[in-house]
Amino acid sequence: MYFQPRRVTLGKIISTWIGLEGIAIAETGGTRTGPYMFSPASTPAHWIYHLALFVVALCLGIFLIVFSLIAYSAIKYRKRPTDDAREPPQIYGSNQVELAWTVIPILIVVVLFLAAARVIHAIQDARFPPNAIEVTAIGHQFWWEFRYPGYGFTTANELHVPVSEPGHSIPTHITLLSADTDHSFWVPQLAGKTDLIPNRQNETWIEPHEVGHYVGQCAQYCGTQHAKMLLNVMVDSPGDFQKWVQQQKSPAVVSDRVAAGRKEFEENACANCHTITGTTANGKFGPDLTHLMSRTTIAAGAVQNNEKNLLLWVTEPGAIKPGCLMPAMQLDQQNVKDVVAYLMSLQ
Amino acid sequence: MADALPWVISRERESSRPFVEVLHDWIVTVDHKRLGLMYFTYGILFLVIGGVEASIMRAQLAVANNHLISPQTFNRMFTMHGTTMIFFAAMPIVFGFANYFVPLMIGARDMAFPRLNAWGFWMSALGGIVLYFSFIGGFGLYGAGEAPDVGWFAYAPLTSSAFSVGHSTDYWIVGLLISGFGSIATALNVMTTILCMRCPGMKLSRMPLLVWMNSVMAALVLVAIGPLTAAQLMLLVDRYLGGHFFDTQAGGSAVIWMHFFWIFGHPEVYILVLPAFAIVSEVIPVFSRKPIFGYSIMVAATVSIGFISLSVWAHHLFTIGMTSYVNTFFVASTAVIAVPTGIKIFNWVATMWGGKIIFKVAMMFCIAFLCQFLIAGLTGIMLAMAPFDWQLGNSYFVVAHFHYVILGAIVFAVFAGTYYWYPKVTGRMLNETLGRWHFWLFLIGFHLTFDFMHIPGLLGMPRRIYTYEASRGWEFWNLIVSSGVVFQILGVLMWVINVVRSYFKGDIAGGDPWDAWTLEWSTGSPPPEYNYAEIPVVRSRRPLWDLKHPEDPDWKYE
Repeated sequence: MYFQPRRVTLGKIISTWIGLEGIAIAETGGTRTGPYMFSPASTPAHWIYHLALFVVALCLGIFLIVFSLIAYSAIKYRKRPTDDAREPPQIYGSNQVELAWTVIPILIVVVLFLAAARVIHAIQDARFPPNAIEVTAIGHQFWWEFRYPGYGFTTANELHVPVSEPGHSIPTHITLLSADTDHSFWVPQLAGKTDLIPNRQNETWIEPHEVGHYVGQCAQYCGTQHAKMLLNVMVDSPGDFQKWVQQQKSPAVVSDRVAAGRKEFEENACANCHTITGTTANGKFGPDLTHLMSRTTIAAGAVQNNEKNLLLWVTEPGAIKPGCLMPAMQLDQQNVKDVVAYLMSLQ
Repeated sequence: MADALPWVISRERESSRPFVEVLHDWIVTVDHKRLGLMYFTYGILFLVIGGVEASIMRAQLAVANNHLISPQTFNRMFTMHGTTMIFFAAMPIVFGFANYFVPLMIGARDMAFPRLNAWGFWMSALGGIVLYFSFIGGFGLYGAGEAPDVGWFAYAPLTSSAFSVGHSTDYWIVGLLISGFGSIATALNVMTTILCMRCPGMKLSRMPLLVWMNSVMAALVLVAIGPLTAAQLMLLVDRYLGGHFFDTQAGGSAVIWMHFFWIFGHPEVYILVLPAFAIVSEVIPVFSRKPIFGYSIMVAATVSIGFISLSVWAHHLFTIGMTSYVNTFFVASTAVIAVPTGIKIFNWVATMWGGKIIFKVAMMFCIAFLCQFLIAGLTGIMLAMAPFDWQLGNSYFVVAHFHYVILGAIVFAVFAGTYYWYPKVTGRMLNETLGRWHFWLFLIGFHLTFDFMHIPGLLGMPRRIYTYEASRGWEFWNLIVSSGVVFQILGVLMWVINVVRSYFKGDIAGGDPWDAWTLEWSTGSPPPEYNYAEIPVVRSRRPLWDLKHPEDPDWKYE
């Protein structure tokens, strides 16, 4: 299944030119680029990219021809001041000409249809090797839950997958579910979007070829904070991915240094919505926090994961994501500090 | 030659009568012309309201991380903008044209059912009022919001009582339900009028294309509004009677709503665009001084668009996880619609070809329509390719695409129609200089906004987000997109000034200012209440051409 990408120079040019890709790289200082479909980095995205180039080129050709016809006839046949008052020859139609511009579009449509059908079949009816990584993505208002049934742990908002290398293909097969309203999983560099619909099971797959950080976001309106339901996909080298898996499988770090915060967390409603494995906190409504500090962002990518943002988030979630479902627990300042200290111990 | 025609130039001066009496006349009227004007005015009113909502959104999105309005307000704005523009601006406007010109063009004195016509208008009007009453009445519960915020296609289960508390969604449902009844009444009326009220000699094969296209529009309304009404009723049952049609928490299906909505929603696009085609098909021939090229194939293309448009709805649903076979079918059916649509574009160009094109403002809008509709069609082909749609769907690319259809094609055609028929309706010409200002300002604004709106979509910007991070590279493009709004507002302002000013100061039009060929130009401007003192008899598709050119009439060739 591994697809050796051709060098996508044209795509790079397009996205560098229109996407200000340079800015995106400069700001994050990493390999991260914007969510640009014209810089594909995964098999299905590559296939779509090549179909897109073909369709765009064809449409551009049609546009140039028809637009020239319109412009030519508008200019050539404009009424000139020197014209006499007589009406032009009254032409009612021509069967030959009309037949021509019926048949030619039909032929173009057939070509387009075949090109699209091939890619639809290749992507939707793909078979997966036994070593494919299985992930279940569950959409929530307004965050992502990622379960790894093969490894037995759950994480949130940042999806880690291994890179797929020549000769050692590891696609990731993602089962898409929703806990509440409709969402859509869209990381343009990795694959087209697929919706997460409650009471329905969808699927998609990716097979990234380059290690890196890929961004996307929910693409189906899901409520107030749809805009800040961001997606981050970390494509790791196989070694890094295994390390990450081992770390995620381990139970939460327990430290007496933050016992006050832990007590606060477990005695307040925090524990009703969040899970921290190995503790009494086993709520399922909010993100799993067992290894919170292994994630770079909080609030589904809304802000960086650091002490300042955690303090603000626990004190007043609405200040970061107005309309999000996490309540402000009205803890006093010391308690918030304790809770955040506890959260920051969850490596 | 024009002197030989039986003009009835009359211009009633309403201003000499008491205001209340005039108002009463308008409210109780069953005259198709007055109802047509009321539809049109009502639509323009909502066009302005919807435009204000759009401007608020564009102000919010002009820069990254903007805090101008809250996410809740933004979500209400796009819901109300979409709902308003489709149901309470575009539909009333195209119904207005159908109401006014279908009877005139087929030589009838009124619609088949004048009182049903009035009922239809007032139902549509009530629907809009109910929807907007949500701003006041939607506060069912504290914090439940005012206007609905579920998006104009209102996907389940966001509309269920679990996710949409309060009554804003109910106002949305009931408003659309009521206006839907009005639309069905009007469609029935247009259809019956066309079938039963044609003047002697007006065979189906001699009807002006405007009438043909509006008959297909009416047929589509009859087929398409039903599923929407059914879905709205089911949603009401879900919300109030404990039903579970779309309640996914109790085994209902979100996908069923999507199918119901788009079985309505896609034909709706053609309900709106066919009347735009209709206007263009009348204006281009007159200003090119040639009959429409390939009348029969134009009719055939229109009817086939009507049928095909009923089989393409699921291209809105390529991302919901249908099987590869279903997706492939809808790629085929959607791509096929390009064929009859392409035929139309070619025939309009062929009509201009070899003519003597007079660049009045109406014609300028039509030529812009041709270019813009061409682009809209081509981006439509891109979106029809399901895998490409997996990337483009629900992004700003699709927003740009359908605004290209609705503004670039439909609104431009409507403007062309107003410049063309304003003299007929009021008896006075619109000012051409102001018209050119209107045209160029609106054209520049349109292209600034909607050409550049494709780009953030290609860069992965989804629709319906109230803000975005600067790091994604979308800010520059969004700023350009928002700047176009200013030009569009100025353009529309020119039009409004022109329409108001010309009503009092415009040049007297006379019955037939464009030397045109269809029946409405053979009566007075404005037409008397009974339209025709004598029911006309026609022998060809261009009855006035026959009158003006007795030496070379059309009926010899048809």
